[in-house]
Amino acid sequence: MNDMTPTNLSGSMPLAAPFVRVKDLRVRFVSREATVRAVNGVTFDLARGEVLCVIGESGSGKSVMMRSLLRLHPKKRTVIEGSMQVGEHDIGAVSDRVLSKLRGSTISMIFQEPMTALDPLYTIGDQIVETVRRHEGLGREAAWARALELLELVRVPSPERRLKAYPHELSGGLRQRAMIAVALSCRPSLLLADEPTTALDASVQIQVLVLLRKLQREMEMSMIFVTHDLGVAAQIADKVAVMYAGRIIEYGTVADVLNRPQHPYTRAMLASTVKDQERGVQLEAIAGSPPDLRALPDGCSFLPRCGYAKPECAVAMPPETVDARGHMARCYRVGVEGQRLAFSAPAIQPSVCTNASQLAAARAEMLGRQA
Amino acid sequence: MTQMAISPPAAASEDPRDRGGPAQPMLIVDGIRKYFPIRAGVLNRTVAEVKAVDDISFYVVKGETLGIVGESGCGKSTLARLLMHLIDRDDGHLILDGDLVGEETGVPLDGLRRALQMVFQDSYSSLNPRLPIEQSIAYGPKVQGASSKVAKAQARALMEKVGLKANLFAQRYPHELSGGQKQRVNIARALALDPRLLILDEAVSALDKSVEAQVLNLLEDLKRQLNLTYIFISHDLHVVRYISDRVLVMYLGQVVEIGPVDKIYEDPQHPYTQALLACRLSMDPEERVEAAPLAGDPPNPVNPPSGCRFHTRCPFMEDVCMSKAPSLGDVLRSSAQDHLAACHMVHPGSGHSRAPLAVRA
Ligand SMILES: Nc1ncnc2c1ncn2[C@@H]1O[C@H](COP(=O)(O)OP(=O)(O)OP(=O)(O)O)[C@@H](O)[C@H]1O
Ligand SMILES: Nc1ncnc2c1ncn2[C@@H]1O[C@H](COP(=O)(O)OP(=O)(O)OP(=O)(O)O)[C@@H](O)[C@H]1O
Ligand code: SF4
Ligand code: SF4
Ligand SMILES: [Mg+2]
Ligand SMILES: [Mg+2]
Repeated sequence: MNDMTPTNLSGSMPLAAPFVRVKDLRVRFVSREATVRAVNGVTFDLARGEVLCVIGESGSGKSVMMRSLLRLHPKKRTVIEGSMQVGEHDIGAVSDRVLSKLRGSTISMIFQEPMTALDPLYTIGDQIVETVRRHEGLGREAAWARALELLELVRVPSPERRLKAYPHELSGGLRQRAMIAVALSCRPSLLLADEPTTALDASVQIQVLVLLRKLQREMEMSMIFVTHDLGVAAQIADKVAVMYAGRIIEYGTVADVLNRPQHPYTRAMLASTVKDQERGVQLEAIAGSPPDLRALPDGCSFLPRCGYAKPECAVAMPPETVDARGHMARCYRVGVEGQRLAFSAPAIQPSVCTNASQLAAARAEMLGRQA
Repeated sequence: MTQMAISPPAAASEDPRDRGGPAQPMLIVDGIRKYFPIRAGVLNRTVAEVKAVDDISFYVVKGETLGIVGESGCGKSTLARLLMHLIDRDDGHLILDGDLVGEETGVPLDGLRRALQMVFQDSYSSLNPRLPIEQSIAYGPKVQGASSKVAKAQARALMEKVGLKANLFAQRYPHELSGGQKQRVNIARALALDPRLLILDEAVSALDKSVEAQVLNLLEDLKRQLNLTYIFISHDLHVVRYISDRVLVMYLGQVVEIGPVDKIYEDPQHPYTQALLACRLSMDPEERVEAAPLAGDPPNPVNPPSGCRFHTRCPFMEDVCMSKAPSLGDVLRSSAQDHLAACHMVHPGSGHSRAPLAVRA
């Protein structure tokens, strides 16, 4: 800690090769009526033991991106391009047999809705024992002991009794913890967690977050954690990626993205989050709605909702601008000043536009001034 | 009336639907109780009871927003359904704008159902998937006797009011809407019967943050325009602080604390409220929580702990807490400015070592 060299500014600069490398990932769903472009060129690296939080509004492609890492999409209707490397495995190229071996051992996933991942017909214990036996070839007794150990690890009270319980017999919080136990049963190197705490109330959510963070550190797991709750990201992330219309539009350390957001969408999202605002004062909601993934425009996908747009924003998707700390944003108004990303907007700002007509007026003014 | 913290908005007294006057609470809940029987065996005998709502009293001032918070399973939705008369209560009274509800002399049930409307958490399952949304909104007024033409015109007007362009959305089906849009439809539907009190049960919890802000702004606008009173149930403590005038905290079927929102958030009296508030997540990554403020799960509501129901998880628990249930005080006689908590530590002479010394009159 005492010799902070300039090259080590971000604090956790990985020395070894990254454990997960995703390059220009594109996912589209094809049907007779339309093609839905859910993921449109996602690139990131994740080091061993690092936690990446993916945030973004509903429909921005967070779950689709995660499911791609396990190839969980319907084969026939899905086109996946780009490359995904996890450890020495090329996820796009491995055989189904190898992939099913990887699932639950090297890579494990916690789903948005715990009930869909747990089998209602089997007890929690049977499900853990099953996974452990399949992947580690343990005998029944050893597997059962391991199951008990796992429930203790995730702090399920009276674990012996709970091992014999069916999923519907557990409360939401216990079920989520049981699912974490199942996901951790084979000591995965990469844990994919898709909104694992969204359905929980505040007191249980915090228990699960504290637990996940502790286990992740102890087991040196890499983790990709999807959420739309910025408070959750602040609790658990090392790095944060903000997704919009299937692209990462801002990326950086959790402190850089949450405390020094640069992209107008990230800024708007932070401003709209309810947190100690004065009562009676309107919240700064983001006007408009997310783009139609069946017909994405050529330019910046945030343009129809952006109060800072200028003419070139409509021409092409802005390229990545990255500073010395690895903080990245994709916006024509973000540049690098000195060592860091900096947002530069015209002197007179449309400030906050809370409704569509206000926004349209501000944009017209802005575009007129720039043209 | 001068002591009321939340003076009713000026318009309240001009509302033609008003019967009891501006000082009369919109709704008084007096000692309401609901135990769900657990049946077992071939004879289907009741073997135990879930004490979901256990002797709850409070009132809602005209024009205010009363927030209700508490952990999952503490009885918030059961309480809401009792107020709406969707389930029968075992005990207690409801007084709507001065009139007893559902008893021989009082307001008839369908009058109550008109005046009180509810928006549920699960916006998906509460809309009929086979009805275009215009018809979903018009359904209630039609059942109440409005002509199809009138109901339709009103539905379109309401859609505009909740920010959905009628000519774009009227003919769409629920599956063609986003979560935020569906929740707007649900709000429009609840408003179709011209209610005075809207109960919002986790109405924004399933929405993502940017849509949540839109819907919260909408609720504030509608409240002013339509002279509404809200009961707002949520597990998001940030949202409750933003939207509420007063807050009621529930634990295991009972009220443990009630008071003006700033008093509750800045100076919580009950250890449960303090722990619950500590569960709010900061957006600053420097402020990480190292240990969960509330350990374990709430006890089983079939056999709630003796004395103070929170004693099994309370860091200040003493002998008196196990033997004697602390009282909240007389909520119905208190003013809306009063801050009440059911904990032995705040009651002089309770026998708890941290209680203030008994004051002699
Ligand atoms: N199998 C599929 N076929 C067609 N479209 C799909 C499929 N799966 C997802 N989509 C679409 O892809 C887009 C991205 O969906 P995704 O589930 O990744 O969103 P998300 O960011 O996880 O949102 P949320 O926060 O609501 O979970 C959405 O428009 C969705 O409707
Ligand atoms: N119909 C019913 N029969 C039996 N028990 C019930 C019934 N409805 C609710 N309960 C029980 O009553 C208690 C209170 O439930 P309720 O749904 O009111 O909680 P809540 O505070 O709304 O929780 P959440 O935050 O999870 O929505 C719970 O223990 C629940 O299991
Ligand atoms: S590129 Fe242009 S439209 Fe896109 S976010 Fe930046 S300023 Fe707004
Ligand atoms: S009465 Fe006792 S156990 Fe209950 S909250 Fe107060 S101090 Fe804690
Ligand atoms: Mg998702
Ligand atoms: Mg509920």
